Amino acid sequence: MNAYVGTPTSRVDGRAKVTGAAKYAGEFAADRLLHGFVVAATIPRGRIARLDTSEALRVEGVVDVLTHAHRPPLADKDEAWKDEVAPEKGSPFRPLYDDRINFNGQPIALVVAEDWETAKFAATRVRVEYDQEAFATDLESERGKAARVDQPHKPRGDAAAALTRAAVQHEADYVMPSEHHNPMELYATTAVWDGNGKLTVYDKTQGVQNVQKFLCSVFGRKRDDIRVVSPYVGGAFGSGLRPQYQVVLATLAAVALKRSVRVVLTRRQMYGLGYRPMTIEHVALGASPDGTLDAVTHEAIAVTSRFEDFSRNDTGWADQLYKSPNSRFSHKLVELDVSTPCDMRAPGAATGVCALECAMDELAVALKLDPIELRLKCYSERDQSEDLPYTSKQLRQCYARGAEAFGWDRRTPAPRSMHDGKDLVGWGMATGVWEALQMPVAVRIVLTANGHAEVSCAASDIGTGTYTIVAQVAADALGLPIENISVRLADSTLPQAPVEGGSWMAASSAHAVLGAAEDIRQELARLAKALPGSQLADLDATKVTLVDGMIASNDPNGAAVSIADVMRHSKLERIEKEKLNQFAEDKSHARNTHSAVFAEVKVDEQLGVIRVTRVVSAVAAGRILNTKTGRSQIMGGVVWGIGMALHEETMMDHRFGRIMNADIAEYHVPVNADIHDIDVIFVDEPDDRINRLGVKGLGEIGIVGVPAAIANAVYHATGKRVRRFPITLDKLLD
Amino acid sequence: MNNFQYSRARDVADAIRLLAADPAAKLIAGGTNLIDLMKENVERPSRLIDISRLPLRDIEETADGGLRIGALVPNSDLAYHPLVEQRYPLLASAILAGASAQLRNMASVGGNLMQRTRCPYFYDTATPCNKRSPGTGCSAIDGLNRNHAILGTSNSCIATNPSDMSVALAALGALVHIAGSSGQRTVALTDFHRLPDDKPHLDTNLGDGEIITAIELPPRGFARNYSYLKIRDRLSYAFALVSVAAALELEGNAISEARLALGGVAHKPWRSLEAEAALRGQAATPDHFGRAADLLLQGATAHSHNGFKIELARRAVVRTLMQAASATPQSQAHKKIA
Amino acid sequence: MADLTDQIPERIPINLVVNGARRTLEVAPWTTLLDALRDRLELTGTKKGCDHGQCGACTVLIDGRRVNSCLTLAVMKDGAEITTIEGLARDGMLHPLQQAFIDHDAFQCGYCTPGQICSAAGLLAEGRARDADEIRELMSGNLCRCGAYPNIVAAIEQAMSRS
Repeated sequence: MNAYVGTPTSRVDGRAKVTGAAKYAGEFAADRLLHGFVVAATIPRGRIARLDTSEALRVEGVVDVLTHAHRPPLADKDEAWKDEVAPEKGSPFRPLYDDRINFNGQPIALVVAEDWETAKFAATRVRVEYDQEAFATDLESERGKAARVDQPHKPRGDAAAALTRAAVQHEADYVMPSEHHNPMELYATTAVWDGNGKLTVYDKTQGVQNVQKFLCSVFGRKRDDIRVVSPYVGGAFGSGLRPQYQVVLATLAAVALKRSVRVVLTRRQMYGLGYRPMTIEHVALGASPDGTLDAVTHEAIAVTSRFEDFSRNDTGWADQLYKSPNSRFSHKLVELDVSTPCDMRAPGAATGVCALECAMDELAVALKLDPIELRLKCYSERDQSEDLPYTSKQLRQCYARGAEAFGWDRRTPAPRSMHDGKDLVGWGMATGVWEALQMPVAVRIVLTANGHAEVSCAASDIGTGTYTIVAQVAADALGLPIENISVRLADSTLPQAPVEGGSWMAASSAHAVLGAAEDIRQELARLAKALPGSQLADLDATKVTLVDGMIASNDPNGAAVSIADVMRHSKLERIEKEKLNQFAEDKSHARNTHSAVFAEVKVDEQLGVIRVTRVVSAVAAGRILNTKTGRSQIMGGVVWGIGMALHEETMMDHRFGRIMNADIAEYHVPVNADIHDIDVIFVDEPDDRINRLGVKGLGEIGIVGVPAAIANAVYHATGKRVRRFPITLDKLLD
Repeated sequence: MNNFQYSRARDVADAIRLLAADPAAKLIAGGTNLIDLMKENVERPSRLIDISRLPLRDIEETADGGLRIGALVPNSDLAYHPLVEQRYPLLASAILAGASAQLRNMASVGGNLMQRTRCPYFYDTATPCNKRSPGTGCSAIDGLNRNHAILGTSNSCIATNPSDMSVALAALGALVHIAGSSGQRTVALTDFHRLPDDKPHLDTNLGDGEIITAIELPPRGFARNYSYLKIRDRLSYAFALVSVAAALELEGNAISEARLALGGVAHKPWRSLEAEAALRGQAATPDHFGRAADLLLQGATAHSHNGFKIELARRAVVRTLMQAASATPQSQAHKKIA
Repeated sequence: MADLTDQIPERIPINLVVNGARRTLEVAPWTTLLDALRDRLELTGTKKGCDHGQCGACTVLIDGRRVNSCLTLAVMKDGAEITTIEGLARDGMLHPLQQAFIDHDAFQCGYCTPGQICSAAGLLAEGRARDADEIRELMSGNLCRCGAYPNIVAAIEQAMSRS
């Protein structure tokens, strides 16, 4: 029964969020709560020569100042600091561990005081002297030091030779700047000292169990000593996948002082966390005059820190999208004196596919082909990297439906050929692709005789709608109205879940709910059959449905009994089932989501001002569990893509190795006035192979392709090809 | 934030007295810029003198037909005041191009004149800055200076003044009324802000112990032919790369009076009497506007990243004058540039 | 210099009317209205997103006007009437804007939402927005990183048409 799945159900946590009742990590109260304020390094590399906290300690209300020289013990092995999503290679950052400075903005002290203002004030009185060392923070000047890292995509054929031979070639560098997530909520932790060495840690994170295991390992605690809770997360977009340093500092202070401690980072300090690494993408395409691709090469050079190798799959997406007998991909890293990058919405794809899709547009121009026609000519029915078919791939439908909704057939191909008064009008398009991943998740359902069910799981809802889809799936599976379902998430004591990321949580949590509900159903069927004089005595227990509070035979003429009656007669107040759902490994098919993105820009050419007036995003992502929240996720991805195309850039002054727009006034994200019509289309994509519900996930696919569609539209409007993002107005003026 | 004392001024004289008693004290009204800078430890006043309750909130017509605006009138109240909307729409438009609705509700007119540069080095106490710490050097000159000044710069500072309101006030020939222990004085708005020269720590010519009491607009409002055009990196809620206030009086297609000021390009709103004089008596044509733009931008010099501003400013001046001449002022809500 | 002393500033008693209830508290001059609401009055519905007037998450209504509470010193607002997100619903009935935000899915993570809604309440009271472009412009002081802007505009249009 699908009363809820697939419908535009409003968020079940909506009321909490619009009334201010929803509590975020830095908002939990605690008795005698202390406030910590971080002192951050102002050099990118060196040693702390002298750290004088005496003046800060003299401030009335200051309780302590923790430093590397004055703190409780912390684990001393890299392994202990590796969380479940840490890069394989490297030594994770350890806050307040020793006197080494590895990046500008690194925390070097935590001032702890009775109130926040006092801690912030006293932080200005911590005196520090450094032994500064030579450093490098500029990817472009250090490009020659790039070192190759392994990538999953193997070369096919001889791309270099095919490229030389190709009748039509396009080759260019696309430069993607570093970007910061800037979730609206500041990174925060409230570590509540429960006594007896036990702690409840309210943390802004995408994975409470990841943080819980990490803290236990870093602080040498037993599993029961630390509980991590994070019921609401004010955006994260990947920045909360790994435990961030404020959770270590808050816990450290709580352990040191045996009191509850809250640490909230400032917006500026959040620029010392992870980020999308700057990447130079080199794409070369070789084609025959008819538009068939002969060669694809894609090489990326990205930033990482000196202490960890963070790398994501920027290249290789062409293997999934475009048929070509020859291909070669490589990914290189340059180590710089910066903090380690981290995942940021569609990591790898947002940047890599942007470069690929701009290059495809340039190739279409060179071939005098419509950009959609080129993509259809190269359309790959198989994932060429492993030569696999897809579980489903309705990308053709995305092109068709998107083009129709956009009115693409009215486009005149020549650049500068479309106008709206003084404005040049540009229409551009691009393809998006992401992975459809799924992970083991466990869910517990407690069904009570009053017809309510509590569904619980350690998974997070970072605004993605997990609370709502879990409630929808449970309501349908248990045959209850959604109002009778309560959902508990993001508590490390709840059943197992991985970090929320990679677009895997919708499919993973939904199937975990189905698994636990299945056990509830079987238990109810067993009880119903066992009741004296049961109408369902002859029932096949596998052939019942829970619907409208009843246990009903699947036979249309079959009997049905009330769940409440069954439980009452069985003298049961509650039925509790917990089930870990694991997806069967299936290497026979590739699993991906796809999109076709169409953008209209209007450009005032004299002044360089670009307005994105329309975007159509047609998405094929299997079954959409909730068309309302799903549409919002794609819309949000489009807004991110607009920011990526036109606004976002973390700017570092390489003389200081310091980010100079470390705020959200000068790091521009789109504001309301920047965003106009966004039309989201979900293309039908039945998929009975990927998983039972046919769900693929939506968190990342919304952004992929958008920046390229806009860049291509800007080219179509102006005839200017900007390959260094973001496309700010100065780049259109020359 | 540093440790500071708080006093509430009873009247203007009290505010002046409190200022005189403590040279490191600062006045606070809306606080939108001062609190921001205090949180960054850029401003470290010993005392805040709260003037927000002083009776400086009136907007009244002057005897000669101008308008006197109390220093504490919130920006939004000024922009939406019927007399301003009708008679000085250039000022209303410029105010609405700045900041956000919330900030405009808080910020006072006097405080707007006192707002400090948004140069990132000025804001970051970890970097040298002559404006924040005189003598330490200017990080912007050889640094990230895409947003910085192209006119009136010095070897010690290339910061810009971020105000939109001041640009319109400069064009309109506004006066600033100032009170101090030695009495009252009036200065032209164009003389209120300074160029950096070798004293970039001084933004204005407001003396120690002085307080802005009002701004006065002359009768001429240019209500028919005006426009305020702001060019920035996103379509709202960002500081200007370049902004232009243009106002014309036309007789047929001939310009009888012209006013022109630039924002985002200098340490003060940039106005050139020469450029305006060159327009007087001329036909309202792009050529004449271009010549005026050249005069206005005379002496403009670029640094490593802001060279585009010179040409952008030139084009924006011409465009804004065209908007003014055709009585199609730039809307601040509808972003298409007429 | 005053900040070389080890003393933190003396607290000053103030009265506020918050969501209709009179609240008396003592605040140091450096305490913002935002921190007073969140840390002292336990009204954490008002959010801190930047603490510098750059995001609008801290928007509240003071004497009916929308302002950034992060740039407002509490001591300067002695006697003022403050409305926060917690004060918009009446007797369990959501404010039309709150309902419209749910109906139109005008948020995801929910962190900017109280500021968006308070800002929209201010916008409606101002009566200056007549079309979608004007709503967009006059709501541009409220960032939403989840990118719910089109839904926010739709929600405000709904509330506007019903008021």
